[in-house]
Amino acid sequence: MSATFVGMPGFPSYPAFPEAAHEAVRDETLRGNLRHATHTIRAKRARAVAEVSDWAALREAGRRIKDHTLRHLDRYLVQVEEAVTAAGGTVHWAVDAQEANRIVADLVKATGESEVVKVKSMATQEIGLNEALEAEGIRAYETDLAELIVQLGKDRPSHILVPAIHRNRSEIRDIFRSEMGEWGRPAPEGLSDTPAELAEAARLHLREKFLRAKVGISGANFVVAETGTLVVVESEGNGRMCLTLPETLISVVGIEKVVPTWRDLEVFLQTLPRSSTAERMNPYTSMWTGTTDQDGPSTFHLVLLDNGRTDTLADEVGRQALRCIRCSACLNVCPVYERAGGHAYGSVYPGPIGAILSPQLRGTGSEIDASLPYASSLCGACYEVCPVAIDIPEVLVHLRERVAQGDQVTRGGNKVVLRPAKGHAAERAAMRAARWAFTHPGVLRTGQRLASRTRRLHPRTLPGPGKAWSGTRDLPPVPAEPFRDWWQRTGGGKEGTK
Amino acid sequence: MSSRDRILGRVRRALADVPPDDTPYEQAVSRDYLRHHGDRRVEETVDLLAENLVDYRAVVHRSDAEGLPGLIAHLLGERGSGTVLVPPGLDESWLTETEVTRVPDRPDSTPHELDRVDSVVTGCAVAVAETGTIVLDGSPDQGRRRITLIPDHHICVVRVPDQVVSSVPQALERLVPTRPLTLVSGPSATSDIELDRVEGVHGPRTLEVVLVSGA
Repeated sequence: MSATFVGMPGFPSYPAFPEAAHEAVRDETLRGNLRHATHTIRAKRARAVAEVSDWAALREAGRRIKDHTLRHLDRYLVQVEEAVTAAGGTVHWAVDAQEANRIVADLVKATGESEVVKVKSMATQEIGLNEALEAEGIRAYETDLAELIVQLGKDRPSHILVPAIHRNRSEIRDIFRSEMGEWGRPAPEGLSDTPAELAEAARLHLREKFLRAKVGISGANFVVAETGTLVVVESEGNGRMCLTLPETLISVVGIEKVVPTWRDLEVFLQTLPRSSTAERMNPYTSMWTGTTDQDGPSTFHLVLLDNGRTDTLADEVGRQALRCIRCSACLNVCPVYERAGGHAYGSVYPGPIGAILSPQLRGTGSEIDASLPYASSLCGACYEVCPVAIDIPEVLVHLRERVAQGDQVTRGGNKVVLRPAKGHAAERAAMRAARWAFTHPGVLRTGQRLASRTRRLHPRTLPGPGKAWSGTRDLPPVPAEPFRDWWQRTGGGKEGTK
Repeated sequence: MSSRDRILGRVRRALADVPPDDTPYEQAVSRDYLRHHGDRRVEETVDLLAENLVDYRAVVHRSDAEGLPGLIAHLLGERGSGTVLVPPGLDESWLTETEVTRVPDRPDSTPHELDRVDSVVTGCAVAVAETGTIVLDGSPDQGRRRITLIPDHHICVVRVPDQVVSSVPQALERLVPTRPLTLVSGPSATSDIELDRVEGVHGPRTLEVVLVSGA
């Protein structure tokens, strides 16, 4: 059985999390870029969420819709297939990355084209589609601004929503100046580093590609089972370009993206934009059902992707990770992510969600995957902001137990017994990751401060394995000020306690 | 075994813990959230739409039915547009006062041809006040999706108060899911540089929304 491939081709082996993180924290530019970006979005998200008085109810509805769907996924997948087919689309099923890449490459070749335009998509990142297409002589152009920055810079993505978050504006200008000419229209003369000018440069560079494109490739944020409708949520209009101008559209979608009914979208179209870009609504949302006569692509293919998802589904604790709608709010509040950066997670899924998703999609066999569940201080800020209430700390602890004690798990559809990692390189890597989180005082401190600031939102019961214990007990309230801050402010109590 | 059967088989084995009489969808999903946020009079809802459109950098104008053709002519003139895309079912009276050359929305137009057109004028299916969103559903007064995408200037006419709802749930109730739908909230934008919003990438960089009453 081969390991499930989750992204970053060309970077085949990863150091365990602590080694990678150690490198990252010494990179002052990277840390500055990440701090600036995550702090900006954090405050904005809090404002956008505070605008809707029923946030808790929307979050609960989102959790329940996703949970129900996952519990009956076979039925809903068949319903998707029927609805999409009835609407003029063709549905393909891909067990793993290799099969998905094969299907897409063959579909592109059948059109006779040698280039495609792409909408930003985590699923196609995960399977390494661009590299697979390149090997078949097909060039894939990323059209999302951040994906373009990553592609031009021959770089790796470091954030779910903004893959180039580790780059600041002057780095982006330098990449545009030196690389755009290699891929098409060069950057304008005298390009400055103002975001508006950089956006304009991307517009000019990609325009010719959109206008001549015959094949578009996308993922989807949601697929509605009852109608066969696909939904792509975006900001720039590159999504609309790829979804409507080409003659052929191929959408690669993880099987967990299904929602049962049209009405379910009323929940996620409220929670996703506010959680991801901190907007009431993102600039563009496209919805399409199969093909429409004389409007948009005349040929539509939907590739339903497993690639480790059914293995994740088999774990009753871990399956909640499949509720994820890829908003990236958990990355933006995570004190570990803020310091270590996205690359340290060795996957297209970085941050807290990546720490529970990658070791489930790929298994815990490698050093990086065994260390990921330990890449956390368990401060719980990720759970607080998650719009589908994924109890990330609970799953982290669950996966730590798996690494340390062994477990029966499902890999490639088969039940296998994992031995404890004792004495194994993986366990050593894992323990180093835990030590890393706890010996970087800033990580712990930020976690505690976040906990203080959000304490009014805290549940009265513990998430995760503490649930049973706190079921009959009230948790002590989190103090308004962390002990460390109090100590510093009062000189250890010498200046009075208040 | 086909990949389809393999995946469905894996899903079923993975869900061995789910009882056959698991809570059905209707009861499993809670709908305790609000249908809309806050109570407003009709005029206040329209004002909120205008406010949220402006907040995301759309330009908002108000008019009555009588003044609409003059306003559209003024907006196209002010922009210096030489050509305007016209969906097949656009109310003919809307363009009676402009001299700008009309380009009909044809199935055989190429993207390159559309790229040479300066502006587009459309109606809309519904507008959402709480989010400052207009929704296009490909009806004859809105045309194919690409005509509101390629030109850099979009004038969208919203009939108020009939086409305005408060919230996203109310908007979805009015829409037909199987039509090609585009939700537009302000002009094209990106947050990809340092997570800060900048307007103006691939879609129309200028979005003008005309709230027309009595039409």
